[in-house]
Amino acid sequence: MKNLYLIAYLDLKESIRARWFVVYSLVFGGLIALFFIAGVTESQVMGFSGLSRLLLMYIQITIVILPIFILITTVRSISGDRDNHILEYMLSFPISLKQYYWGKIIGRFITVYLPVLFAMVIAVVYGAFKGADIPWNIFFLYTGLLFALSSAFLGIAFFISSFVKSSEVALGIAFFIWIFLLAFIDIALISLMMQQRFNEELIIFISLANPMELFRVAAISLFDPELTVMGPVAFYILDSISQGMFVLLSIGYPLVLGLLFAFLGYKIFEKKDLV
Amino acid sequence: MIKVSQLTKKFGSHVSLDNVNCEFHKNESIALMGANGAGKTTLIRSILGYYHPDQGEVLINGLNPIKDRTKVLQEISFVPQLPPPIKLSLDELIQYVSISAQVDRELILHYANEMKLDINANINKSFFKLSGGMKQKMLIAISLAKKSDIIIYDEPTANLDPKARDDFYRLLKQNEEEKVLLFVTHRLEEVKDLVNRQIYMDLGKIVSDETI
Repeated sequence: MKNLYLIAYLDLKESIRARWFVVYSLVFGGLIALFFIAGVTESQVMGFSGLSRLLLMYIQITIVILPIFILITTVRSISGDRDNHILEYMLSFPISLKQYYWGKIIGRFITVYLPVLFAMVIAVVYGAFKGADIPWNIFFLYTGLLFALSSAFLGIAFFISSFVKSSEVALGIAFFIWIFLLAFIDIALISLMMQQRFNEELIIFISLANPMELFRVAAISLFDPELTVMGPVAFYILDSISQGMFVLLSIGYPLVLGLLFAFLGYKIFEKKDLV
Repeated sequence: MIKVSQLTKKFGSHVSLDNVNCEFHKNESIALMGANGAGKTTLIRSILGYYHPDQGEVLINGLNPIKDRTKVLQEISFVPQLPPPIKLSLDELIQYVSISAQVDRELILHYANEMKLDINANINKSFFKLSGGMKQKMLIAISLAKKSDIIIYDEPTANLDPKARDDFYRLLKQNEEEKVLLFVTHRLEEVKDLVNRQIYMDLGKIVSDETI
């Protein structure tokens, strides 16, 4: 176990020093700061106000940028190390492949999850300081959703990283997956598909299989019982499944998906030539 | 100590190792030579357990380097031809080595000092920011401090100045007993005082194997 923690710890330290981490933290911290400066907490749109409104805006932007941030910063972790011969040297020490791979995942997970969580914590602390009501139910839901979404995309990124030959290809695949999943949320392809009168079960299945769509619907459903800001599929999903069940699904499914992809990535990493 | 039996490794249609058979024993210092693409690096990487062979096997003290990689790698020190751009600081790299391979930190500092590498002045600097020679000295210091039974050097002196090369050969002389030393080199004259066996490879085969 000490080697697993060692790899995680060193990856964490290395990532925190990296420029991408500074940009990543500034983006999410900056978003919150920007919302406060822009007076989002004082505004009222469609019934949302105060910290709830701020968190809603934060999560809507996070849906789009968090996956791509995780994908592009993580997808090169193993393929990049293979490319520039770091793997060749680091794996010449008696560390098992299991410890190396899962240690990297743990280290990288902490790196990508903590800034988005801290940004929310800062919002809550600052909001409380300003005397706003703290929407704890929303805060905890988002903490869980961000955890699950981070897991899903981290797993996908490590899966890609385990089999691609070069980091350029890894980046290309990461962009494709992000665009593809983004296209399959309500606002885009799903609406088109409904207009074309595809089988509704197929549409619901595609929506439920997309962790970004699950995240989006679960994140907004607490706010908007009338579902006016959501698309037709979100409306349909929440009509078919109870809200509590859906929230559980929206946290459990991306977690399992992430673990599954990470595990598949490990199997490939173990079976393939290392360098 | 190292037994390579009928080892074949292909990359697509290219045969990098073609039915290679050889054994390396204690107290042997081997110069592994051959033109680019002869299969030297593939052989070394197979010994380190990085490649899954298409045919044959490698055994280190009777153990398979893929299945028993942690046990096997405990006994091997390796220095690559080009130091990789590791982003860890020297302090973190030493921590990685000393925890993963139970290497005495003080011993790494000792050998670094012997190689005239001022580690204390650079301890918090990223490894990749060091000069080529300093990186190579650091990796050599680690390889010697690891006290392995098998030491593999892939062109280890490529980045070293003449003085550092002398230091390196002096330290090797002091540490070669009861070990297998395997040098991949294009410059036999540099290691000829150290080696007692020369192997030439070409097109994935061993074409000459002479004990001196």
